[in-house]
This record gives sequence, C-alpha cells and structure tokens, in this order.
Amino acid sequence: MSLKRIDLLICCGSGCVSSGALKIKERFHEVLQEKGLVNEINIIETGCMGPCDYGPVMVIYPEGIFYKKVTPEDVEEIVSDHFIKGRPVARLMLQDEEEKTFSTQKEVPFYQKQVKVALANCGYIDPESIDEYIATGGYEALGTVLTTMSPQDAIEVIKKSGLRGRGGGGFPTYLKWQMVHDNQAEEKYIICNGDEGDPGAFMDRSLLEGDPHRILEGMMISAFAMGATSGFFYIRAEYPLAIKRIKHAIAQAKELGLMGRSIFGSKFSFDAEVRTGAGAFVCGEETALINSIEGQRGNPTPKPPYPAVQGLWGKPTVVNNVETYGNIPTIFLKGADWFASMGTETSKGTKVFALTGDIRNTGLVEVPMGITLREMIFDVGGGMSGGHKFKAVQLGGPSGGCLTTQHLDVPVDYESLKERGAMMGSGGVIVMNDEKCMVNVAKFFMDFCVDESCGKCSPCRIGLKQMLDILTRIDSGYGKEGDIEELQRLGEAISKLSLCGLGQSAPNPVLSTIRFFREEYESHIRDKSCATKVCLDLMHFHIDKNRCIGCSLCAKKCPVSCISGSRDEKYTINQLPCVKCGNCMDVCPVKAVTKVPGMHPEVAAKRLAETKLSHNYDE
Amino acid sequence: MKTLADLKKIREKAQEEMKLRGGNVRIKIVVGMGTSGIAMGAREVMKTFLEEISNRNLTDVLVTQTGEKGLSSMEPVVDLIEDGKPKVTYGNMTSDKVKKVVVEHIVNGRVVSDYVVATGN
Ligand SMILES: Cc1cc2nc3c(=O)[nH]c(=O)nc-3n(C[C@H](O)[C@H](O)[C@H](O)COP(=O)(O)O)c2cc1C
Ligand code: SF4
Ligand code: SF4
Ligand code: FES
Repeated sequence: MSLKRIDLLICCGSGCVSSGALKIKERFHEVLQEKGLVNEINIIETGCMGPCDYGPVMVIYPEGIFYKKVTPEDVEEIVSDHFIKGRPVARLMLQDEEEKTFSTQKEVPFYQKQVKVALANCGYIDPESIDEYIATGGYEALGTVLTTMSPQDAIEVIKKSGLRGRGGGGFPTYLKWQMVHDNQAEEKYIICNGDEGDPGAFMDRSLLEGDPHRILEGMMISAFAMGATSGFFYIRAEYPLAIKRIKHAIAQAKELGLMGRSIFGSKFSFDAEVRTGAGAFVCGEETALINSIEGQRGNPTPKPPYPAVQGLWGKPTVVNNVETYGNIPTIFLKGADWFASMGTETSKGTKVFALTGDIRNTGLVEVPMGITLREMIFDVGGGMSGGHKFKAVQLGGPSGGCLTTQHLDVPVDYESLKERGAMMGSGGVIVMNDEKCMVNVAKFFMDFCVDESCGKCSPCRIGLKQMLDILTRIDSGYGKEGDIEELQRLGEAISKLSLCGLGQSAPNPVLSTIRFFREEYESHIRDKSCATKVCLDLMHFHIDKNRCIGCSLCAKKCPVSCISGSRDEKYTINQLPCVKCGNCMDVCPVKAVTKVPGMHPEVAAKRLAETKLSHNYDE
Repeated sequence: MKTLADLKKIREKAQEEMKLRGGNVRIKIVVGMGTSGIAMGAREVMKTFLEEISNRNLTDVLVTQTGEKGLSSMEPVVDLIEDGKPKVTYGNMTSDKVKKVVVEHIVNGRVVSDYVVATGN
C-alpha cells in the first residue's frame, strides 16, 4: 500500500514526445524531489492520449484534470498550486472559441463522440506494467477462452461479432481463422502486421506503444482458435519504441506464465518473437511481409495460394493487423453481441483513425462505425483550422480515394466508402481545406507509390511512372488535351493488371480526384492556371504598384535579382527568371506582393516560342 | 499463474494500486489546502490521513485536496464524502484528530460529532 494521492499521467506518445513530453517528465521528477512530494505522487508515462495537436498533454487523477501544451516552465506552478494547494491551473486547461474551459478529460469535446475499444487503455495505463493491464481486465479473456472454450467456439464468437480486418481490406476475421483451423497441418503460424506504411498513419504504432499486452493477448486468442503455437510481430524499424514495448510485454507475459507452455493449465502453448521490417510500404502486403520474414526480398507473390493455405515457410498462416487483434480481448470480455451492436449492417464495432490535415484537433481517435464523415471531421476533429473551408478528405492514404463536401453525410463503413470510390483503409484520414490543389495531392500520392513499387510487375513499375510523368507535365504547365483520358485509361489498366494491392490501388487517388475535381485538371491543362496557387508553374507573384512604397526590401532578398525599380517608379518582378521562392512576399512590409493564379503571359509566350523552335528543329 | 483465480488475485492487487484512476472508492477525503489551511497545518493533516490509511490497508479510501473552502476560522478543514450519505465536514483538524476520525468514522462508520463543523452540502 502506498501513500500516493495523485496519479500524474504524462502522455509520452510520439506526438507529445516530439513536442517535449520527456523534458516535462524530467522536470516533474526534479520539482517533486525538491518539494519532498515523491512519496505522494505517481508519475506514469502513458501512450498517446489522442489529441496530439495539443501536446504535451497530461491527465491528473483522482480528479481527471486535463492539461494541454505544458512547458517545462509550467511544472513548478502545477506542483505548487495543484499538487500542494489543490488549485488546478486554469490557464493550462482546454478552452473553446467561446472561452468555455474544460477542466477534466471527460468534458473535453474531442472525446465526446469517441468510443474506445482498441484504444481503451491507450493513454490510461502504464504500457510497461503488465499489472496495470491486468487491472483493466487484461488476460481475463485469454484465460476464459483457454479454460472454457474450444477453438471452434472462439471462432464462432468472432463470427458473431462481425469483426473485419482493420488493416485495410476488411476481410472477415473469422473466415481466415476458420480456414487455418480447418487445415490439418502440423505447424501453423500467426503474424501481427505492424508495418504501417501509409504516410501520416500512426494508429498501429500508438496501439503497440500504448497497450502492447492487449495486442499480445488478442494474438494469443487467435492463435488458440486456429491452432498456431508460434507467432511473429512484424514491426517497421522506424518504430523502435513499439518494438521495445512488445518485446518487454512478451518477457513479462512469459515471466507470469501467461505465455509459454500450457497456459492457464490448458494444452495451449505459445511463443512469439519480433521481426523488424526495413520500412518499405509494400512489405505491409501480406505475401511480401511473409517473404521478408523468411529472409527473402520483400516482394509480393501471386494469390492464390493465400497465406491461409500456404504462408510462412509454406505453412498455413494468418496475418492480422495490430488493431484487429486489439479488438479481440474486449469482444470476449463484453460479448459478441455488444460489439455487433455498434456500427452498421456490414461494418461492426469501432475504427481507430489518425486524423491529420487542416483541422483543429489532429490526433488519434476511435469512433463507432457508421459515424458520418461530418461528425468525424467537425465534431471530433473540431472543424477546419484557421477559418478555412473544407474541400476534401482522403481516406486510406495512397491506396484510397478522396471524398468531397457532397459526401460529408456518408457513414463511415467499408461498403459506403467503397461505393464512392474511397476506402476505409487502415485509418489514415487527411482533411484538406480550400487551399489545397487536388492535382498536386494526386501527384504526391502517385510519387509515393512510384517510389514504393517493388518493381516486380510491369503494370505497376512502368504504368505508375507513366501516370506520374503525365501529372508532372500537367502541374508544370505542359499538360495537353487528352491527358485526363490517358490518366484514366492507364489507371484502370494498372488497377486490373497489377500483381498486388499496391499497384491495384495506387491509381485511386488520381481516379477519384478526376472524378470529383475534373475542372481543376482542366484548368491546369487548358488555362495553365492553378486556382489554389499551389503549382508554382501555374501561378505567379505580382507587385501591386498602388501599395508598394518602394522600400526595395524584396529586391534585396530576391535570390535571382529579378525585382527592379526605384522609390518613385515602384518595383516590378521580371517574370522570366523568377524562381517562385516567395521571399518577396514574406519580406514586404505593406503586403504589396501577392500570388496570382495562372502562368504569367510572358512566361507562356516564351514557352510557346520554345516549343515552336524545337518543332522546327525536329523537322 | 495457472488459473483464472490466480489472475484475479493479481488483478485485485493491481486495481488497488490504480484506485486513484477511478477504482471502487467508498470514501473520499478532501483536505482544504488554501493558503490559510496550509498555514494552520493542513499538509500535516493530509500526510497523517495518507499514513493511517496506508497502515490500515484501507484500499477503498481516497485522499485528495481542494483550494480555499471559506471556513478559514476552522482550518484545517476536511470533507468526508461517502456515496449515498450527506457530506461531513470536520474542522480544526490535527494529526491526533485525524487518527480518531480514521478509526471511528472510516473504519467503524461512526461520525465523530465533536469535530464536525458542517454536514450536507
Ligand atoms: C501495399 C500494401 C500495404 C499494406 N500495408 C499494411 C499495413 O501496413 N498493415 C496492415 O495491417 N495491413 C497492410 N496491408 C494489408 C495486408 O496485406 C493484409 O490484408 C492485412 O494485414 C490483413 O490483416 P487484417 O485482416 O487484420 O486487416 C497492406 C496491403 C497492401 C497491398
Ligand atoms: S503491383 Fe507494384 S508493388 Fe505490387 S508486385 Fe507489382 S510492382 Fe510490386
Ligand atoms: S518589399 Fe513591398 S513595398 Fe518594398 S519594394 Fe518590394 S513590393 Fe514594394
Ligand atoms: S502523442 Fe500525446 S496525445 Fe497523441
């Protein structure tokens, strides 16, 4: 029994660590030492609490007070006012635009529409303490399954729950288990897919870092159901803390006898180890992942044979995503019916998303399936930041598609999203405001896929490069009639002909932006104009002579000396050499420099002359 | 560990350690820690509560603190809040009085009326 009266939970998820959480933790240790309070206050390092944008964040129990954007300088005040005098520090609490203050974590609007299943403990327990996991009901599901159920019973529970894979595909989880269960092979394997290669995604990382035992328990239950006795965690090397935490969890579970031989006195034995991946996006594809674990090049192989039939070292194998496993212990504890009561007809339970982009509350959220995009973006995400308007949302990262204002009331479920050319994906959500150019966004994802293509099959290796070349041509002002149609033709062919999901889905961002923002492509091609002024070749800088005071600052800062003039005549930009660095706009004291959509006529004329010249030359 | 009963033992102990985060709390002790409270010895009072509770292994009791309570003539002031019962406020507390309150009120469920300065909200 301790004398502790306060639990100080400091978020040490990746977002908060990058905004300085570790320094704050150190400072607390120092100050508590100085004031002789070490015996009264527990400092607990947790995984991501969710609202990463407000980091470093912390929650202080028993009251559950929530502080945001804490700096090392604030620590002294928290200790002396809150810990000693019992007066929480109001200025560190969250406020909304109407200056309403939310003192406890429970009240914070960001959490209101969320339902935490996989994330239940993330940000609430010490991920390095197996005791804390057990205190929340941890390993009870495993014990119950092993002592009271047959493998087939366990599969039936998952079937009834309606759980589908959270790694992107949405394949019914029980079906994979059943296939491997029914296979009489001597040896079977289970794999946890923690590759998480989507740019901007950090769901699986946060789960592995914030509640590793949950993933381990979920994996063991699955292993029992299908008859596997050994498993692998495949985690990318860029996630050292996730790797460390899982290894630590495995060691703790073994020490307590929760892993190893005859667990809970049953006939079930299980062992798991961690394999690190070098961080290629394609290695998240299950056949490539299996090759990588076997020590081969991480290239996909054709399916069938599916891993469930012929997987790791030729043995029946189940590959499930981190979050998929994260749901399993709770499904057994609370029941399949409870899980299936959340969501829509075809998509049950909850989904974890990494909300990023131009919204107020970026971070990690878990919402019930069937929530609308509007609720997710405007209620949970807090709406658009900086007073901008919503333009589009990209779900599913480089494999997904974008949706627009007209889709805001679409429920988030596997089928509804697919019907509209987007997909659930693994949970990356990028919200974009009206300053984003959709051609540029499509090009960004295409560029990513070209880099990440493993090169094994030609539609993906060559075709995607063709698409990227066309996009580059369009955004640099050389687009021509027929380019849009060519992109569509290529995209459809690549989707059909590629060997693996990377190639099959890589055209999605381009195809969906053409579908919903075709006029943007057209104005890039025909008018040589980027309305959002993102594509540098399709915009120019302009000095408003009525505003210019002739201070010459811009001319001095221009790296190519293309601004000239005098105090009387004011300054002008010579458009031909301009490199569009934007320095002039940054330094102008009277905001006389602005961005204007469209290629400057002088530049257009010069380019036309050049093409004519090269035509003559060709002849 | 071989059985669910073994797991339950670990869980119960661990839940006790985590009770600050909202476990099953029977009685909440709120010590007034305003400036005058501290001047009158509120910290000593709180420490004694923590020690007594720890010594007696009272796992369902929680000690927390609050700011000024507006009863400055009776500092240190302590509230005992129990589910379904009116709040009891004790005033002019000392370490010895704390020990008595722990035994009588918290363990045996008898309010120590001599020290009570207010009841209810
Ligand atoms: C290019 C590509 C990348 C993928 N990356 C991941 C990943 O990072 N994590 C993941 O769980 N699944 C990823 N998948 C899906 C896996 O192939 C597989 O379907 C999934 O791990 C199955 O688990 P689930 O049924 O639990 O979702 C990827 C698929 C493709 C085609
Ligand atoms: S589709 Fe792309 S990533 Fe997949 S096998 Fe073919 S070349 Fe490799
Ligand atoms: S910095 Fe602005 S005000 Fe000064 S010369 Fe340039 S355009 Fe004119
Ligand atoms: S990392 Fe701290 S809230 Fe996400």
